[in-house]
Amino acid sequence: MTSVDPGVRDAHNAPEDIKAVPVRHPGRWVAAAVLAVLVAQLVHFLVATSKLRWDVVRSYLFNHQILVGLERTVLLTVGCMAIGVALGVTLAVMRMSPNPVVKSVAWLYIWFFRGTPVLVQLLFWFFLPTVIHSLSFGVPFGPSIVHADAKTVITQLWSVLLGLGLNEAAYMSEIARAGILSVDEGQTEAAQALGMRRVQTLRRIVLPQAMRVIIPPTGNETISMLKTTSLASTIGYLELLGSAQLIYARNYLIIPLLLTVSIWYLVLTSVSYVGQYYLERRFGRGTARDLPPTPLQRLRVLGFGRPAGGLG
Amino acid sequence: MTPMVEAQGVHKRFGRTEVLRGIDLSVAAGEVLCIVGPSGSGKSTFLRCVNHLEKVDAGRLLVDGVLVGYREEGGRLHELREREVCATRRDIGMVFQRFNLFPHMTALGNVMEAPMQVLGRPRAEARAQAVALLERVGLSAKADNYPSQLSGGQQQRVAIARALAMGPKLMLFDEPTSALDPELVGEVLDVMRQLAADGMTMIVVTHEMGFAREVGDQLVFMDEGTIVESGPPREVLAAPRHKRTQAFLSKVL
Repeated sequence: MTSVDPGVRDAHNAPEDIKAVPVRHPGRWVAAAVLAVLVAQLVHFLVATSKLRWDVVRSYLFNHQILVGLERTVLLTVGCMAIGVALGVTLAVMRMSPNPVVKSVAWLYIWFFRGTPVLVQLLFWFFLPTVIHSLSFGVPFGPSIVHADAKTVITQLWSVLLGLGLNEAAYMSEIARAGILSVDEGQTEAAQALGMRRVQTLRRIVLPQAMRVIIPPTGNETISMLKTTSLASTIGYLELLGSAQLIYARNYLIIPLLLTVSIWYLVLTSVSYVGQYYLERRFGRGTARDLPPTPLQRLRVLGFGRPAGGLG
Repeated sequence: MTPMVEAQGVHKRFGRTEVLRGIDLSVAAGEVLCIVGPSGSGKSTFLRCVNHLEKVDAGRLLVDGVLVGYREEGGRLHELREREVCATRRDIGMVFQRFNLFPHMTALGNVMEAPMQVLGRPRAEARAQAVALLERVGLSAKADNYPSQLSGGQQQRVAIARALAMGPKLMLFDEPTSALDPELVGEVLDVMRQLAADGMTMIVVTHEMGFAREVGDQLVFMDEGTIVESGPPREVLAAPRHKRTQAFLSKVL
C-alpha cells in the first residue's frame, strides 16, 4: 500500500480533464444576424443620406455660439445640481427632525415642488418680477434692511437656477432620505455611545455610508438635469439648444443643428458617467473586498485580453 | 466609596410593555458584573439605560455618583442637553453584539475617530494611541484593513479597542460573543479577561457562563424585567435558589 499525500496532486491517479462538446446556440446566431442587418441599415441611413448634412454638423460643432451655449449648459447643470443636492440633503434631514413644524415645512416643500411641472416653475420665477417689483430683506412684517429691484436680482440665469434647482431639491431630498434610512441604526448608536453629537454622527458616520445609496440615483438626476437645462431656451436664455435655435432661425438648417446639439449632449452625459463611476469607487471603500477596475483599467483589459463570453 | 453604577428601582416602558420593572443593583469600581437571563428579560435594555441610549422612566440610575440623563435642581429632574449627555457617554464604553464598526473606515480609522472628533485630539496623537490599542487587542497587523476584511472575532476586538480609545471608566458589553462562530469566542473573551484583570469596571450581558464564573465578581439573573437572583457567580451558578434560575441554567449549562 502506498500513502498518498492529499496536498500533492498525483499525476497518475488524477482523472483526465473533461473535453465535452459545447452546446450550440443557433438562436443567438439568428438574433445577431437580424440585428446586424437593422444596424447596418441605420448606419447607411445616417451616413449615406446627404439630407442630414453631416458637413454642416461638422462645421457647427465648434461654432463659437454653440460653444458658448455648451459652456452655459454645463454651468446651469452644475449650479442647479449644487442647489438641488445642498437643499435636498437639508430637506431630507428636516423631514427626519423630531420637530413637527420643521418636518411639515419640508413635506410641504416637496409636495409643492414635485407636484407642479418644472417648466411652470421656471416660467414662474422668470415672470415673478412683473408682479413683484422689489425685494426686501429685514424684520418679518417690519422694516426692511436690504432693498433690491426684483428685475436685477432675478435675471434670466437666476430664474433658471431657481426654477430647476429648487425643483431638483425636492427630488434629491427623497434620494438623500432613502440613503440615510439605508444606514443601519447600529451605526448611529455606536457613534452616540462614543459621545459623538448628532451633527457629527450625521456628517462623519451616516452620510458617508448613505452616499453609496445616494450616488447612483444622483448620477441619474445629473444626466436628467443636463437635458432639462434645455428648457432655459424657452425664456430666451441661450444655452446649448437656445444657441442652436438662434442659428437655425436664420439659416433653416434645423436637423443638422439639432444633430450638433445631440452630439454635445451625448459627450456631456458620457463625461458624467465617468465622474459617477469614480465617485462610486470613492464611497464604496470598505464595502467590497476588492474594488472593481476603473474604466481605464477595463480599456486595457479589452485591448490586451480576450473578451469574455462569445456567441458560442 | 461611591459605587461606579447604582440602580434604584429602575423602570423602563416601551409603549405599554414594561421592560424593566424595578432594577436595584450596585457595581463597585473595578468590579465585573455579569447579567444573564433569557432573551426579552430586559438585560440589554438595562445596559442601554446606563449610557442613556434608552431613557429611564422611573427610579434612579447613577454612574460614578452622577444621575444618568437628568440633573436634579430644586427638587425636580431636568433632562440633560445633548452636549451634557454626550459628555457623560465619553466615560462609558460600549461594545455591541453586532460589533457596529464603521464600515467605511479602516480598523485604525475606527479607533481614531472618536478621540479626534469628540476629544479634539490631534491626528498624530490619536494615531499613536490607536496603534497601541490595536496592539493590545492583538490586531496590529490588521490596522489598515476594513471591517469587511476582518473575521467576527477580529471585528469585535477592534470594537473593544474603539471603546477603550475614549479612556472610559466603565465598559458595557452587550452580548459581545453572541454573533460569533464558536471558535472565535475565545479570542474576544481573552481580551475581556485581560481588561478585567487590569481593573476595568465592567457590566457584561452574556450567555458565556464559564466567563461569568471565572471573571465575574457579581452575577445577576434577570427575567421579565426584574432581578430574580443575584450573588457571587460561583454560588448562583452552582446552587441557584429560585426555580426560574434553576430552569434557565439547566438549559444553558
